[in-house]
Amino acid sequence: MAESDILTQTIHEIVQRHGGAPTRLLQILRDVQDRLTWLSPETMDRVAEELDLSPIKVRGVAEFYSFLYTAPRGSYDVLFSDNITDRMLGNRELLHYLCDRLGVHVGETRADGRVTVGTTSCTGMCDQGPAALVNGHALTRLDKPRLDRIVELVNRQTPLTEWPREFFEVASNIRRADILLGRHFADGAALRAVLKRRPEAILEEMVKSGLRGQGGAGFKSAAKWISCRNAPGEEKYVVCNADEGEPGTFKDRVLMQDFADLVFEGMTLCGRVIGARQGFVYLRGEYRYLLPSLQAHLQRRREVGLLGSDILGEPGFDFDIDIHLGAGAYVCGEESALIESLEGKHGVPRIRPPFPTTHGYLNQPTVVNNVETFAAAAKIAVEGGAWFASRGTAESKGTKLLSLSGDCERPGIYEYPFGVTVRRVLEDCGARDAQGIQMAGPAGHMISARQFDRRICFEDLATGGSFMVFSHRRDILDGVRNFAHFFVHESCGFCTPCRVGTSLLRDLVTKVHTGHGTRYDLEEMRKLGRIMQVACHCGLGQTAPNPVLDSLDQFPEAWERRLRSTAFEPAFDLDAALEQARQLTGRSDPDAYLREEELMLGAMP
Amino acid sequence: MSEDQSFMLDGRRVPFQDGQTVMTAALAAGIYIPHLCFNPEFAPHGSCRVCLVKVNGRVQAACATPAASGQIVQNETGELREIRRGILQMLFVEGNHVCPACEKSGACQLQAVAYYVGMLAPHYTHFYPRRPVDASHPEAVIDFNRCILCELCVRASRDVDGKNIFAVQGRGIQAHLVVNTTSGKLGATDFSLADKAAQVCPTGAILTKHRGYEIPIGQRLYDRKPISVVGDVATVAESKGGRRHE
Amino acid sequence: MSEPKVKIATCSLAGCFGCHMSLLDLDERLFDLAERVELDRSPLTDIKELSDCDLGLIEGGVCNAENVHVLMEFRARCKILVAIGACALNGGVPAMRNQFDLKDCLEESYLRGIGLVNPQIPNDPEIPLLLDQVHPLHEVVKIDYFLPGCPPSADAIWTFVNQLLSDQPLALPYTQIHYD
Repeated sequence: MAESDILTQTIHEIVQRHGGAPTRLLQILRDVQDRLTWLSPETMDRVAEELDLSPIKVRGVAEFYSFLYTAPRGSYDVLFSDNITDRMLGNRELLHYLCDRLGVHVGETRADGRVTVGTTSCTGMCDQGPAALVNGHALTRLDKPRLDRIVELVNRQTPLTEWPREFFEVASNIRRADILLGRHFADGAALRAVLKRRPEAILEEMVKSGLRGQGGAGFKSAAKWISCRNAPGEEKYVVCNADEGEPGTFKDRVLMQDFADLVFEGMTLCGRVIGARQGFVYLRGEYRYLLPSLQAHLQRRREVGLLGSDILGEPGFDFDIDIHLGAGAYVCGEESALIESLEGKHGVPRIRPPFPTTHGYLNQPTVVNNVETFAAAAKIAVEGGAWFASRGTAESKGTKLLSLSGDCERPGIYEYPFGVTVRRVLEDCGARDAQGIQMAGPAGHMISARQFDRRICFEDLATGGSFMVFSHRRDILDGVRNFAHFFVHESCGFCTPCRVGTSLLRDLVTKVHTGHGTRYDLEEMRKLGRIMQVACHCGLGQTAPNPVLDSLDQFPEAWERRLRSTAFEPAFDLDAALEQARQLTGRSDPDAYLREEELMLGAMP
Repeated sequence: MSEDQSFMLDGRRVPFQDGQTVMTAALAAGIYIPHLCFNPEFAPHGSCRVCLVKVNGRVQAACATPAASGQIVQNETGELREIRRGILQMLFVEGNHVCPACEKSGACQLQAVAYYVGMLAPHYTHFYPRRPVDASHPEAVIDFNRCILCELCVRASRDVDGKNIFAVQGRGIQAHLVVNTTSGKLGATDFSLADKAAQVCPTGAILTKHRGYEIPIGQRLYDRKPISVVGDVATVAESKGGRRHE
Repeated sequence: MSEPKVKIATCSLAGCFGCHMSLLDLDERLFDLAERVELDRSPLTDIKELSDCDLGLIEGGVCNAENVHVLMEFRARCKILVAIGACALNGGVPAMRNQFDLKDCLEESYLRGIGLVNPQIPNDPEIPLLLDQVHPLHEVVKIDYFLPGCPPSADAIWTFVNQLLSDQPLALPYTQIHYD
């Protein structure tokens, strides 16, 4: 068969496996890339043909997601997780070590086409880093001996399936369990409860429980379910947001790894309550290693009558769950962007209102909840709303899973009743020397020791669960700069203030961090940050300046000590801007340089 | 019933009908809210963020906010003017907007809105991106340097012309306008000057070939009166028989 | 006794002198201006050395090492520094070369150009070395005021200078603000 025929055949098979549905476009592209290592223009055009889509649409999707490649890539694609917690664990040194050993530059593919080494946003292994992905599979606890082995495996072209299993071991590290993680849950108990007590009663328990969105936004879950249940629509959908992209959070990963049944049960319960027959788990691409076990769980649930048709023998109780894999786009954690992505499009947040509860997946009423929220809902259905509400604070009922990482002795998952103080958490995880905490990830808030008596709850410090500890030996600005880069990389580019503002902010942060900034630049950052906070289209852009603004307030000395005494500094390196001309002319006379001491820099009236 | 519905905008009562947004209701009442990606003939897009107003104390895009009875809307405030100016400045440094070398100058909505919000200079550090010019089409030229990603041409070509010629690709600051052909060239499409997509660009990114600088400085669309009085270039051009440069 | 005159300096960096032409377009208003100001370093006076001034007006962007030096000196010696015209504000037409590598610009001009004798990239130390990109003034020094236009009209300059000299809030009428 000719090469192009093989291509056509391969693509045809993959598209057919996905039922030829354009909503599966992202999944199809992922599968095609798995086979071909990258998506050539020809490949994308074939996919478009097979799906009867315009080629430009397929390319648009392919270009949007970080893990889809429209340029050739090595057969081994290694991406180092580049969160600040990985950096604390020395990932940069390892990255360069691996590149040296493999003879490849960061971000480039080796001449023989065998390997590419690059970086990616946080892979959610902050408690067991430095971490990386190889062909999308999570690698943990990297060190030089492990990298030496990897170099051998790559050079010998050993298939991934034959790599040592321990490289891919992902520990759960549950350090503290409360009502969610600690109590046994009998499979099917929540579904029996809803069949016995009817959806209305379950909704009452949900209301009583006071459960709020555990992704961090804190919207009352019962209100979402009720709104969706009451919304007119031909079909309704349940979506589990497992796109845990906030750097420093990994509790959903642990829930999906150790408590998948509880989560699926919560989704099925929701389906029964709102009248949906189809559920989706939107699993972040970085967690693809979980896919086989999740599929096995789903299959087992179908076999024992907890999923599929006539669940638990109840005629008409039909519900099934499909797993969609993301492909490296933080913005898809925003629920309307997630829905766009589920529909096979690039993940740009929609205009809201209308909200997903009335116009969600395929414009039908849809509940989108976080993984932890579904898990909690399943428990509430069994144990009752009052039981859940007995824990927590007035406005924040129940418990919260925290993902602890950074400078602490025992990183991992901690479940606390809402209202726990930051100080208590720090004591429990063995963070003796904390200078500051990045709460709720880069989009959250940076707090200093003065605020360690604050409480973790929606009334005070709201969080989706990320909790990164910076000890006194860290430079807070390393974190701020890392986060500024993160937001540039993850901005979807739809709205002006986020698309442009994130880059402007990154450049200002870099300028000051590298010792070229002045007080004027700090004021510029504040002004720009304030515009972004109110002007951006979605939460990503609105929260993107938080690390800068918070650190300016909480750690002014970290900025001050970097400042120059001058009133103003150029936006670029003047002398470096002459380097090209020096080379082209071969000049090295004194006038071929802009030496700082000879310039009247900062000589202000 | 619908006559009873109204909201307050800068102290003025603005009536509205079901389905109207703050923007469309204000426009119908003759009140100008600066905007770029909004065009009354298309569904709101909400991407440029220039039309930000304060609705009941919260900053929101007027084009994407459904009008509701009793809303208190602020439009012309110093704070909003400063935010809008900041957004205009971001657009100016993101692309390459060399007004003296652009045929659209004087009848450019980007320019006119920038004048309106009092932008004297771009303020931020320029990106100076390297973007191509596509002169492959016999009648039109696309200068990607001037594209502000409002997606009006995308929407017009897809929803009105039924040609689906344009799209935005790439993420974040890499987002860019593309032409829907293998070569990426406009000349390989069935784009025509009669297309709606040829009429809606608020900047000089999509221009008619073989004419330019036809109207003397001082007599161009926005030379004498601000956009709040003159109206959008796309709208004005339509009423004058589809000539875009007037 | 009359008030001390306001000392003004002007210069053109990577510009075309069009803004200075516009200044001359003040015509008879120049007499009025001369009553109140004294021109220091300026292409109009041919004074080469800059002394301490109240006001500096700069046309053009920053394209080479000499531009940087002159701009820095103006910043150091002028109490108020004003960027005048499109090039000073955003690089203008000269910044269109930022679309290309400096290497390509120089080779196109000096190696591949038509009719060149002894083609070579000039490397005499007398010639200011080019920056890899052209920049507006505010990316190099703090600028106090911006006056757009290519060039700003004489009326705009007149309004601006009058308001500045009389400590009025700066407010140009609509017809005097344009970017081209």
